[in-house]
Amino acid sequence: MIVDRRFRLAALLCGWILIFLAAPFFLSRYYLYLIGLILTTGLLATSLNMVLGFGGMYQFHHSVFYGVGAYSFALVSMKSGLPPVAGYVAAPVMAALASLIIGLITIRLSKLYFGMLQLSLGSLVWAIVYRWYSFTGGDDGLHGINIPEAIASTRGVYYFTLVVTIVCLWLMFRMVNSPFGRIFQGIRDNPERTEAIGVNVKSHQLVGQVIAGTFAGIAGALFVTLEGSVFPDLLFWTLSLELIIMCLLGGWYVFFGPMLGAAIIVVLRTFVGIYTEYWTSVLGIVLMLLIYFLPQGILGYFQRRQLSEEP
Amino acid sequence: MDVTAQITVSSLLQQILIGLSRTTILFIVASGLSLVLGVLRIPNVAHGSLYMIGAFLTYTVASVNGLGSAGFWIALMAAPIGVAAISFFIERGLLCHLYERDHLMLLLFTFAFTLVFSDAVKLIWGSDYRSFSPPDFLQGAFAFGTFSFPRYNLFLLALGPLVALGLWWLTNRTKIGKIARAAAVDREMVGAIGINVSWVFAFVFVIGCFLAGLGGALVAPTQNITQGMDHTIIIEAFLIVIIGGLGNIWGALLGALIFGLTDAVGILIIPQFAIVLPYAAVVIVLSIRPKGLLKSVW
Repeated sequence: MIVDRRFRLAALLCGWILIFLAAPFFLSRYYLYLIGLILTTGLLATSLNMVLGFGGMYQFHHSVFYGVGAYSFALVSMKSGLPPVAGYVAAPVMAALASLIIGLITIRLSKLYFGMLQLSLGSLVWAIVYRWYSFTGGDDGLHGINIPEAIASTRGVYYFTLVVTIVCLWLMFRMVNSPFGRIFQGIRDNPERTEAIGVNVKSHQLVGQVIAGTFAGIAGALFVTLEGSVFPDLLFWTLSLELIIMCLLGGWYVFFGPMLGAAIIVVLRTFVGIYTEYWTSVLGIVLMLLIYFLPQGILGYFQRRQLSEEP
Repeated sequence: MDVTAQITVSSLLQQILIGLSRTTILFIVASGLSLVLGVLRIPNVAHGSLYMIGAFLTYTVASVNGLGSAGFWIALMAAPIGVAAISFFIERGLLCHLYERDHLMLLLFTFAFTLVFSDAVKLIWGSDYRSFSPPDFLQGAFAFGTFSFPRYNLFLLALGPLVALGLWWLTNRTKIGKIARAAAVDREMVGAIGINVSWVFAFVFVIGCFLAGLGGALVAPTQNITQGMDHTIIIEAFLIVIIGGLGNIWGALLGALIFGLTDAVGILIIPQFAIVLPYAAVVIVLSIRPKGLLKSVW
């Protein structure tokens, strides 16, 4: 039965990958951009979910690491004189560094205190980016960022985004199912007992946060590749809460939940935005309904139903 | 040389006084947030939106033609009451069914209100910023030699301690305040002795949101009333509550003082990055005392 389920999952994933690979041959430029945005946002939400859903940490300001990655890429590409490829190294490294520094300060606290302190430190980073006109462009952000010529076409960007996303998802999937990932879930379910069997809870949480921050940084570099610009909203706290909504919507105990949640939110925003300028209240109402009626998320709901059907 | 020293001292003093009047607003908003966090255990993100709505309501009521300067005083009463009424319906209608959920869910649920309220404000008041002046006798400044101080800020300075005393009286000297404090510690026990805890919670929530509205009403004449003013105040209020100790009113006062004063001094020293100083203070305080300066009810 289990083998059968794994086989089905693998078949499903291969099918999806084939569809994504073939997409440029029958979709227009705009839809390719949209898929790229979904993949990037989904990667970001999945990286958040590693600590939020699988680690049980109140990661309230994940988008800071996304923004740090995006700005690192942009600044290396525009101001360092190095080839743009260097940006793809700088983004995850700087994001990892940021998550290490913020993590070292916040990790001693737990739950709400942890989340709130992270929110405030992240807001500090945002404020600096927002004010530092000469370096970060202030509230205008930076535009016209060069990306490597090898991927500079629409298809090039699309395939690059796709490959990076798949590789990152695969890495994260392996991590969640590794011994480290299992310990992480143990900490989520019962920190005291996990501590009692000899696990250093805080250092695991710190490592988990740095890993999640690194992947967020990669997502940030992808966003710049896709968009060609950065702006301070990338690390504003409302984006972080939107990411949490994505995880909740897809189901945060399921690995692919955040990806689905991100896809739904990005598509909704794009198409609701055509009809009304009041998109945020639509999101608010969706969120309220979700908390009332579907707190385990869409994939969580189906997983639970499937589990109860099987003997 | 003497002259420069004098100017620096007097400008520092002036900046500190202005910082203190900003502290008043921060304290009023943060104490409401702290009350709700302490008793109901709800991290109410919508608190900032209620502050913004309070400011917009004050603008609308105060600029009704024919009221003159009395309009401001009416607005100062009406806006917080309006905000309290909104919060009453939120609490009784939706929030009261969710008390058993964990904090993350409650935080997200109140964030949903933030999203809806920001659109509601855009719909009602539009995207432009608004501003208006305080009544005549609160305009202008007192001057003592080189030292001058806006009257409205003096008014705020006088009001802060009054609100603090009122809150202290409410939570320590009234029956419902005592019940609320007891419910914060042990909800079930208070229910078991025959008190309707749900309505006590509603009362506390409304009082907390009233304070958000009051903060918004008081800040309205001093700055531009804009979309997005909710986003900064809520982070500041959460910080103040955390460094003070969750749920502790005096902690909120202490936190607001630290935040307001470091901010004011920061504007003198490093104008462009003044905002860094209060955040740095928060980090220092929390690395010494991770659970805040004063005792938390949590």
